[in-house]
Amino acid sequence: MLANGRASRWGLRTFALGYLAMLLLIPLGMIFYRAFEHGVGAAFDSVTTPDALHAFYLTIVVTVIAVPFNTVFGVGCALLLVRTNFRGKALINAIIDLPFAISPVVIGLSLLLVYSETGWFGDWLNANGIQVIFALPGIVLATIFVTLPFVVREVVPVLHEIGDEQEQAAQTLGANWWQTFWRITLPAIRWGVGYGVVIGTARALGEFGAVAVVSGRIAGQTQTATIWISEAFSRYDYTGAYFGAVVLAVLAVAALLAMNVFKRKEAA
Amino acid sequence: MSIIVEDTTKRFGDFVAVEGVSLTVPDGSLTALLGPSGSGKSTLLRIIAGLESPDSGRILIQGNDATQTPAQHRNVGFVFQHYAAFKHMTVHDNVAFGLKIRKREKGEINQRVRELLALVHLDGLAGRYPSQLSGGQRQRMALARALAVEPKVLLLDEPFGALDAQVRKELRAWLRRLHDEVHVTTIFVTHDQEEAMEVAEQIVVMNVGRVEQSGPPRELYEHPKSEFVMGFVGAVNRLGSLFVRPHDVEILQRPERGTDEAMIEHLVHLGFEVRVELVLGDGDGLWAQITQAEAEQLELEKGQIVYVRPSHGRVFDRDEVEPPGDGLPSTEELQAA
Repeated sequence: MLANGRASRWGLRTFALGYLAMLLLIPLGMIFYRAFEHGVGAAFDSVTTPDALHAFYLTIVVTVIAVPFNTVFGVGCALLLVRTNFRGKALINAIIDLPFAISPVVIGLSLLLVYSETGWFGDWLNANGIQVIFALPGIVLATIFVTLPFVVREVVPVLHEIGDEQEQAAQTLGANWWQTFWRITLPAIRWGVGYGVVIGTARALGEFGAVAVVSGRIAGQTQTATIWISEAFSRYDYTGAYFGAVVLAVLAVAALLAMNVFKRKEAA
Repeated sequence: MSIIVEDTTKRFGDFVAVEGVSLTVPDGSLTALLGPSGSGKSTLLRIIAGLESPDSGRILIQGNDATQTPAQHRNVGFVFQHYAAFKHMTVHDNVAFGLKIRKREKGEINQRVRELLALVHLDGLAGRYPSQLSGGQRQRMALARALAVEPKVLLLDEPFGALDAQVRKELRAWLRRLHDEVHVTTIFVTHDQEEAMEVAEQIVVMNVGRVEQSGPPRELYEHPKSEFVMGFVGAVNRLGSLFVRPHDVEILQRPERGTDEAMIEHLVHLGFEVRVELVLGDGDGLWAQITQAEAEQLELEKGQIVYVRPSHGRVFDRDEVEPPGDGLPSTEELQAA
């Protein structure tokens, strides 16, 4: 056995920690350090400009719209995949994982092809005065697309695990579909849903590639937090870029902590 | 009023789970569906509950055709082998579930839940969660939950199958007594013939999706219509075409008319009874069940030569066409014979 001896166990631990340190901890630590290099005041000033505030505001708005969409879709889709049998189930199962596999930039470009003024739905959208690309709807669409699989993938195994006997028991006791879902299924999968919502949220906050393509990156209008950070960096506003990154990182860490709480509850 | 199953068939793909089953369960009776795994007994129970829909046939509950009625409106109580406890609810809320769905008044619900918990001996545990109960307690909670809605029919699917032997024995006796108290028409599924004999007033023996025989336990034991039933409701020996229960094997010291020579291969002492394992002259095995006193009187020893003869046995017609796979004649064939 590889990990048998004391020495090899320590060796493995050191290697794993060292690897994580080089890849994650040191770079992230550097960002924290650089953000506060010129003092807290300078850092604070850099991210309270109107454009910066709007960028963070936009990111939160987009997340608050996209995550509930994916939660409802995710739970519904998971129920469909686990509790019913139909032709094409394997296909749906595969399609749901597409956002995991496809680069966000490709997702952004594909949305552009369909929803831009010259895209498939362009004429119809124009005629009805709806702007998708370079506006909030496009950013929301891109974010939904990218974070689509998280809730589904968390809920499917939980549904498998709890089985359908509790639901059948509820039916024999007189509960209709909605009552069974609301009183039995949803409470039983709630930690799985919570877990999926949290990773989906973390991912939505940090989305860059797809949004960069569809948003148009207009400062104070369609600039999200990640795009604002990258713009700040490119105009040599390092303090702003790093502190903006710190804010996003803190949000993500908070999401991770929440995720651990859900994970523990689920295991209990 | 009763439960009537008419010529019901259910397939899962190519597998025929239930085939042309007809059955009448008298009102207020306690009936066992007995059979080996894959015999269709659970599927039949689920069809009666409305949890599966039959491909053909009809289900009548208290004279009404319930075939198209969804489980939600059938008003049957169903108890699952693995309890199907609502894990996120307390014992009280589990039992109250059906009543809350029926929008009963809160005071009435609390009153009824208290009564039911007393009935299943769970008083004082109302505030616990299922994870804090033992298997036997969970199953009693599930039973109280099913009884709460005053079902017309109580259906139990291998209710004691997941419990250990001791708890199982207790719950059997308890179910028997409960039925005497509550009197709801009850069907329970089991693969354990002892459980069926001990608890049920009527047993329906199923095999490969069909009903082999139904009747009171004693009738099935004493007058089995087929080899399968005889073998399933009790131990059996085969002597050529003759089927003999172990307690119908006579052991003698000297040859007499109709006896065969046999050698004692093993003596197993089971307390009051002794199991005598024998080998006949032609090499076939046979076992007899006698009392300790008889064994002592005969001074039986391992390796001894004795003379055996059946005091009572049955012959089933073996010339009939056998259904593929199991080598056992079906009911119709035997009835025709």
